[in-house]
Amino acid sequence: MAQPLVKKDDDHDDEDYSPFLGIEKGAVLQEVRVFNDPQLDPRRCSQVITKLLYLLNQGDSFSKNEATEVFFSVTKLFQSKDLGLRRMVYLIIKELSPSSDEVIIVTSSLMKDMNSKTDMYRANAIRVLCRITDGTLLTQIERYLKQAIVDKNPVVASAALVSGIHLLQTNPEIVKRWSNEVQEAVQSRAALVQFHALALLQQIRQNDRLAVSKLVTSLTKGTARSPLAQCLLIRYASQVIRESANTQTGDRPFYDFLESCLRHKAEMVVFEAARAITELSGVTNRELTPAITALQLFLSSSKPVLRFAAVRALNKVAMTHPMAVTNCNIDMESLISDQNRSIATLAITTLLKTGNESSVDRLMKQITNFMSDIADEFKIVVVEAIRSLCLKFPLKYRSLMNFLSNILREEGGFDYKKAIVDSIVILIRDIPEAKESGLLQLCEFIEDCEFTYLSTQILHFLGNEGPKTTDPSKYIRYIYNRVHLENATVRAAAVSTLAKFGAMVDALKPQIFVLLRRCVLDSDDEVRDRTTLYLNTLGGDGEVVETDKETKTLLFGALDIPLVNLETSLKNYEPSEEPFDIDSVSKEVKSQPLAEKKAPGKKPTGLGAPLAGPPSTVDAYERLLSTIPEFLDFGKLFKSSAPVELTEAETEYAVNVVKHIFDRHVVFQYNCTNTIPEQLLENVSVIVDLSEADDFAEVLSKPVRSLPYDTPGQTFVAFEKPEGITAVGKFSNTLRFTVKEVDPTTGEAEEDGVEDEYQLEDLEVVAADYMMKVGVSNFRNAWESMGDDFEHVDEYGLGPRENLAEAVSAVINLLGMQPCEGTEVVATNSRSHTCLLSGVFLGNVRVLVRLQFGIDGSRDVAMKLAVRSEDEAVSDTIHEIVSSG
Amino acid sequence: MELCPCVKNILLLDFEGKRVAAKFFCDDWPTNGAKEAFEKAVFNKTQKTNARSEVEVTMLENNIVVYKFVQDLHFFITGGEEENEVILATVLQGFVDAVGLLLRGNVEKREALEYLDLILLCIDEIVDGGIILETDANIIAGKVASHSTVADGLSEQTFSQALATAREHLARSLLK
Repeated sequence: MAQPLVKKDDDHDDEDYSPFLGIEKGAVLQEVRVFNDPQLDPRRCSQVITKLLYLLNQGDSFSKNEATEVFFSVTKLFQSKDLGLRRMVYLIIKELSPSSDEVIIVTSSLMKDMNSKTDMYRANAIRVLCRITDGTLLTQIERYLKQAIVDKNPVVASAALVSGIHLLQTNPEIVKRWSNEVQEAVQSRAALVQFHALALLQQIRQNDRLAVSKLVTSLTKGTARSPLAQCLLIRYASQVIRESANTQTGDRPFYDFLESCLRHKAEMVVFEAARAITELSGVTNRELTPAITALQLFLSSSKPVLRFAAVRALNKVAMTHPMAVTNCNIDMESLISDQNRSIATLAITTLLKTGNESSVDRLMKQITNFMSDIADEFKIVVVEAIRSLCLKFPLKYRSLMNFLSNILREEGGFDYKKAIVDSIVILIRDIPEAKESGLLQLCEFIEDCEFTYLSTQILHFLGNEGPKTTDPSKYIRYIYNRVHLENATVRAAAVSTLAKFGAMVDALKPQIFVLLRRCVLDSDDEVRDRTTLYLNTLGGDGEVVETDKETKTLLFGALDIPLVNLETSLKNYEPSEEPFDIDSVSKEVKSQPLAEKKAPGKKPTGLGAPLAGPPSTVDAYERLLSTIPEFLDFGKLFKSSAPVELTEAETEYAVNVVKHIFDRHVVFQYNCTNTIPEQLLENVSVIVDLSEADDFAEVLSKPVRSLPYDTPGQTFVAFEKPEGITAVGKFSNTLRFTVKEVDPTTGEAEEDGVEDEYQLEDLEVVAADYMMKVGVSNFRNAWESMGDDFEHVDEYGLGPRENLAEAVSAVINLLGMQPCEGTEVVATNSRSHTCLLSGVFLGNVRVLVRLQFGIDGSRDVAMKLAVRSEDEAVSDTIHEIVSSG
Repeated sequence: MELCPCVKNILLLDFEGKRVAAKFFCDDWPTNGAKEAFEKAVFNKTQKTNARSEVEVTMLENNIVVYKFVQDLHFFITGGEEENEVILATVLQGFVDAVGLLLRGNVEKREALEYLDLILLCIDEIVDGGIILETDANIIAGKVASHSTVADGLSEQTFSQALATAREHLARSLLK
């Protein structure tokens, strides 16, 4: 069907055919008169009600008089026995929501219908009456409602139960008297009656923890009749778990029930249970695993709702248990290109929480495209994920800072902007290199910032950090602009910031004084007061004096008195001869801690994060490899290298490689990304030439079946090597694949492909690949407890070197060991140095190395190498590495 | 804490985002202006997506919106951000299928307006004050259709006959 054409026709036809074309409220209200005819025409009356409903539905409102008039006319329609008309009458009465004095008119009619033999009458009359009734009337009809709850017609029972749920909000004491009937309805054979009864029963008993717990216990033994009821049961069970968390120890109650729901045939139940498990407080990995597995299956579902639900739940898990989610990373990466942007965003933020350094740039590129499509609440999540990522991988600050400053310039609400600003502030604090560019970004932001709070926070921050930069003067213009263009609060903050620059940077003093003097005549008291104070205390009478420390503390030091206490003291102070003494104010913090320094002052453990990085990636690799059956009999993974780039940046195919070392095998994991949208690659593998790697024999190559645009894929090549030998060599790599053209408009690939190759850079396996960097806290202790059984000492000449530091780092890199106690740092111009190294060699053998270096006048470096290890062969190997390297 | 699954609104919009039928069950959107603004936001956010074969889903203003498009009609169901997406999708599917049954497969704006009473009754049978009443399309459509026909004493009519009569009744009358 030619969609656009049809649409046009429709458009035109709609004008002609819409039954409500040119409908007018006044005319319809006139038509209401037909309700009063002695001979009612049900069909015509239904039409008029439909028109009234149409008007209401389109947002028209009736005045009080109009509504009353319509309502009274409608009540006449109860005379008609027409079922269809009655149904419309019920609907319009609910929409008109009559006042209590009007309700009385229809009460008797509705009560009659409540006792009718027609199920539909009973069900609907209950719903209508309960909707419009008040407490006094309710006592009159209570008897009928209790009967209806146990009515054998499920529609009637559900109507009464659902009405009960609504009434519980307004008349709890009445509804609570129905619990026997509701209890009976819970046993109903009708699926939805059970669901509604369960909902009402729990709400009636929600303040009685024991009763709810009993209810759940009895119901979890059987199965609920509908998936909805089962979901409700899961929610109750997790509530019971939550509430009993503090009182009980040992096995979690109902966990087995939740776990069994993961195998339910309805997807909504599986998801509800999986989510409930992930949200258990203090959930263990063992408890988490089956839930994660269930969610992982949903990730590759064809239904967007399931993918969305799963990735959203996993995203939450990643905040507290990132490692538990890494198993899903491969599925998650394929979701980045999901048509549904919400799914893609969630996938990205999850990956940001679990990802590694090499994927940062790629992820950032993809995120940028998404930012404009997603809601603020998602953006905040992305920003927070990026903040923690940046602290994890400080080297990537440049691309992350770029990203943050770009989004800072775009549209967004307060919370979003605040999240960005907070992130930049934290990056500036923790990553010194990021400081200058970050401050300038903030300066530019306040030039056009609509949020007073953010402007003042940034100005305060600028005042603290700006003067410490190499060129403080460049910030002055931005700050002084605020004095002209902003409201009083921001102006006052700007004045303080200017004064800080003046106090800290003597060279800027004269200019600052000029600027400050212009503020003396500001229209706002606070701004003038601050200006005067600063001018006087900083010596603004023209002469440039160094501001003494005392003045600085007075003006800019932290107020170590809780503001609440100060406020109370000031209120109690009565004007007298005696001046107010600030020392008399109590410094004791009462209940609430200082609310002042919140977000920007919150300093995350920047040092802790990068240390936690490497083991987590190794763990991720281990899980990845363990999913490939061919690698299972290679034994335990000893070490995975950092990714090595095999292509230049910005090439057609981006490939990096991770070396996985096993006892007798080495596996290369090539991470490939196809960066050409018009191409689909298939059967992607890497051909490895071993002519310069004699000790290795290829045993297996595992290609990627399909590599669509921008979706990373992994191909593996595995080699066998002699056990216990540090086989080294150079591998030349060629990417081989079948390329298929992709139509950019449809995204469909052509049938036929062409075989092609792409030369990658060479890769080396070196001795350091067999060594794991594992430090020891006290080298001397470790050295001595190791003993000299397998000690091997020798001396080497390292030839002429630039300086000692260069020689030391060359040896450290060669061995790939962890320097201990900061001994990798060589004092400048020193002529000798001792360096201590520690590591674990292939086969899990601990190795300690003591290196002593000396350099002579002609820059020749000599080295004494002492190795201690748990295995003589390993000690010898270390020497071989040095002598042959 | 509210544990019962809750539907915040049911929307049926046309391909330009105009309201065909809408029912709001909570106070998040107190005025018609707020309701229309929400409809507009939902429509703009989803209009470019392809929600024709499967129910799609997105987040908007701390709400989850599931949606599906049929011809020139856009169906939406909104729930809170903590709601189980799969439940909302089930309700939506019930709504879409029930409308399909009631309009005998001609799910189009023009038909929907002609049988607006059926659509409104349909919504009334799916959710009551935010609580899910029924998700099975056949049962929903059955309840709606039976109401508008039994009038003529044809209580023994089969479901499809009932539907046919209902359609004729309204088509003739509303078109004149």
